[in-house]
Amino acid sequence: MTSPATAADAAHAPLAPFRRPGLRGLRLFGQGPLFALSVAVLAVLVLVAALAPVIAPYDPEALDLSASLVGTSGDHLLGTDQSGRDILSRLIHGARTGLLGPLLVVAVSTALGTVLGAVAAWRGGWTDTFLSRSMDLVFAIPGLLLAILLVAVAGSGMTAPVVAMAVAYTPYAGRLVRGIARQEKARPYIESYRVQGWSGWTICLRHLLPNIAPTVLAQSAMNFGYALMDLAALSFLGFGVQPPTADWGAMINDGQAAVLQGAILPALAPSACIVLAVVAFGIVGEGLADRIARRER
Amino acid sequence: MVEGLRKRYGDHQAVDDVSFTLGPGACLALVGESGSGKTTTVRMLVGLERSDGGTVRLDGRDRSARARSRSERLARAREIQMVFQDPYLSLDPRVTVADCVAEVLRLHTSLTPSARTARVRELLEQVGLGEREAAALPRRLSGGQRQRVAIARALAVEPRVLVLDEAVAALDVSIQAQILDLLATIRREAGIAYLFVTHDLAVVRHVADEVLVLKEGQAVETGPTDRVLDAPEHPYTKLLLGSVPRRGWHASPAAPERRRPE
Amino acid sequence: MTEQKHLTHDTGAPPGAPGEAPVLEIDGLGVRLPDGQAARPILDGVGLRVAPGETVGLVGESGSGKSVACRSVLGLLPPGALTTGQVRVAGRDVLTMSRAELTALRARQVAMVFQDPRASVNPLRRVGDFLTEGLRAAGTSAAAATARAEELLDAVGIRDPRGALRRRPHQFSGGMLQRVVIAAALAAEPALLVADEPTTALDVTTQAEIIAILTRLRAERGTGLLFVTHDLELAAAICDRVYVMYAGRIVETRRTDELFDRPRHPYTAGLLTCAPRIERDAPPPRPIPGRPVSLAEAPSGCAFAARCAHALPRCTEEPPVPARYGDGLTACHRADEGITL
Repeated sequence: MTSPATAADAAHAPLAPFRRPGLRGLRLFGQGPLFALSVAVLAVLVLVAALAPVIAPYDPEALDLSASLVGTSGDHLLGTDQSGRDILSRLIHGARTGLLGPLLVVAVSTALGTVLGAVAAWRGGWTDTFLSRSMDLVFAIPGLLLAILLVAVAGSGMTAPVVAMAVAYTPYAGRLVRGIARQEKARPYIESYRVQGWSGWTICLRHLLPNIAPTVLAQSAMNFGYALMDLAALSFLGFGVQPPTADWGAMINDGQAAVLQGAILPALAPSACIVLAVVAFGIVGEGLADRIARRER
Repeated sequence: MVEGLRKRYGDHQAVDDVSFTLGPGACLALVGESGSGKTTTVRMLVGLERSDGGTVRLDGRDRSARARSRSERLARAREIQMVFQDPYLSLDPRVTVADCVAEVLRLHTSLTPSARTARVRELLEQVGLGEREAAALPRRLSGGQRQRVAIARALAVEPRVLVLDEAVAALDVSIQAQILDLLATIRREAGIAYLFVTHDLAVVRHVADEVLVLKEGQAVETGPTDRVLDAPEHPYTKLLLGSVPRRGWHASPAAPERRRPE
Repeated sequence: MTEQKHLTHDTGAPPGAPGEAPVLEIDGLGVRLPDGQAARPILDGVGLRVAPGETVGLVGESGSGKSVACRSVLGLLPPGALTTGQVRVAGRDVLTMSRAELTALRARQVAMVFQDPRASVNPLRRVGDFLTEGLRAAGTSAAAATARAEELLDAVGIRDPRGALRRRPHQFSGGMLQRVVIAAALAAEPALLVADEPTTALDVTTQAEIIAILTRLRAERGTGLLFVTHDLELAAAICDRVYVMYAGRIVETRRTDELFDRPRHPYTAGLLTCAPRIERDAPPPRPIPGRPVSLAEAPSGCAFAARCAHALPRCTEEPPVPARYGDGLTACHRADEGITL
């Protein structure tokens, strides 16, 4: 029996956390300044990717062997790489592949995982066991290994790594959705729809999924960061996007040799971009998850 | 109406051979403590759990098996509806009060949209909710108001039986009395039979015609409310009654004599 | 909150213990959330007194502030809250204590039992560690602490106390665990035990056992008990005196018998008639119209006026001041007229 006192007291929230008014201006969506900063970083990234041809000062693939490994200068803000390509322009164009790949991975894996997880949670019993074990099986195969195998079969380029990663990320999404959907299914509001005589499909689509969507979305934001890192790793290993297309992971690989010659920017700049993006996605994802948790209370 | 109902989880017998009959417009209280099987019993009746044995007959029709078709599902829903204990979890947080009632009507009736709107207003009025509450999301409502919505939603189906699973237990006392009052009025006017699941014997005294006392999945005593409460036969019923706090109450028969306020 | 000073000098002296210094005195306690978070104070001019060995009930519905009031006794306040008034335990004001003093207060003088025993016990540690940690911290030797823990478990009616010490919380039922929590609360022999809805989450038969233990221990040890509950019948069964709270204020306090026989405040009377009673021929519960005042509402005058059948125009204009009627206090403009139940 829940007590009348606690249930209702919580609703009136007399113990709501007090926030210092001075910080309130910095809060975006009621989160800390770090969250706001991360959202801003992601917004800039998306803008840069969208406007790449307009804002990039040079053609990212234009070779100029006479200007190999030029340091920071007025002409080349971040210098050039070994082949004399403008690093800033390559970073700006690299944001496109850098964001598009993870977007596809997350979209496909979340969609697939949501369907599998929701069906497993809703049907329960034998269906649940089968789907859960299948997801565990995929989960046990390292994503990078899967990608390398697929590249070996289908050839390099963006498709094979993205497909492999989407498959590898599906169990993450599937497990999450299964867990929260099972919880949600046991809530009286879902049960009351069952008592009213609605079909399972209708309840799932109209009530269950919309109510768990925010949590799934928050997890997706975090997965986006991981996927970005994994795809960059594949490119770095040479299994992803092929030269001369600009890609952060491949750029680090290209820049390795230059480090020995004392030029660290060709490798450092794309690394910094990856770190920045991954951290920003992580903070936004956690911030969203926090916000949902707080609203649920 | 219910005969030899059974439910087992692993090697725990949650409901063991429970039988009872609920007449049209009557009110039967299922009483027991946690683990007595009272909630499991009614969950089997409304189809949220499957029974392992026994039969459930609603309005003369056998409803022991799981509904197989849409029409079977809807027919069962029109026979029995349920109001849950926790008003904070029993409404979809994303659906407004009016829509919450309207969607039930869409499923169970063929009313035109305008007739449906009118019926929604009528149902909400019946449970004491106005226009302002109708447009609100559940989070804007108090516990008592939410429970009124849950009752209106159940009434929209026009069921023969309404299961009230600890429906007033989570409410403040002053609100609890309002909801009990509302339920009494509805029963008088609509002739719906109530299956009142509760742990609170004081509430039972005022709402139920008959009582069924459950202990560890078994029915230990049943009879008219006044007879069971005034002249309990089973020792467990006596223990339950002796545990209800009231003025001049001795906490427990086993407990040492309490200092009495003179 | 200057306008609520009226309770400072008159909190209804405990009738059972004249002359004895109270273990708890709350005077004009006001708790207010910072601007913009609530329309009215959580607590407003609350005065309360518990004498040694006395059981005092604090009764109210959700939002009445009863939980905030009882937590203030341990110096637990909502974060950022602004307070006025005093909460004195054995003569010392809790609200002005330093962190170290508060720790000492919670370790020795005041113990608290919460509603959910599972939330107050570390689920990973053995019950024995939970019981002895306070004693060990106070300098008792390990062997003596264990012996004392066994004695305490025995006192709260746990069979095989020695075996119980080695078990973990999940091996206990809710009722048994609440006994353990009570044993831990009594370990330091506190002068005051604060119980916040200690039996609300339990079954009725378990509730009866826990209440029996609390009343027996209270009588044996002379511990003052502040018992917070929403259940007026339960308060009637065990308390010497009862305070009734509504919307952050104490609306009435008097000895239990008088409170039940001759309530002076319409809200007390309403609570009495709306709670279903189990006795044969008990009248059906009569609801109080409307609903409790939330923190977002700030009614002028008497907070109960909107739900009160006896309200006069004056009631919505001017907040009633608690005044002495019979053996207790009532905050109602019409308290002198009497109420027929």
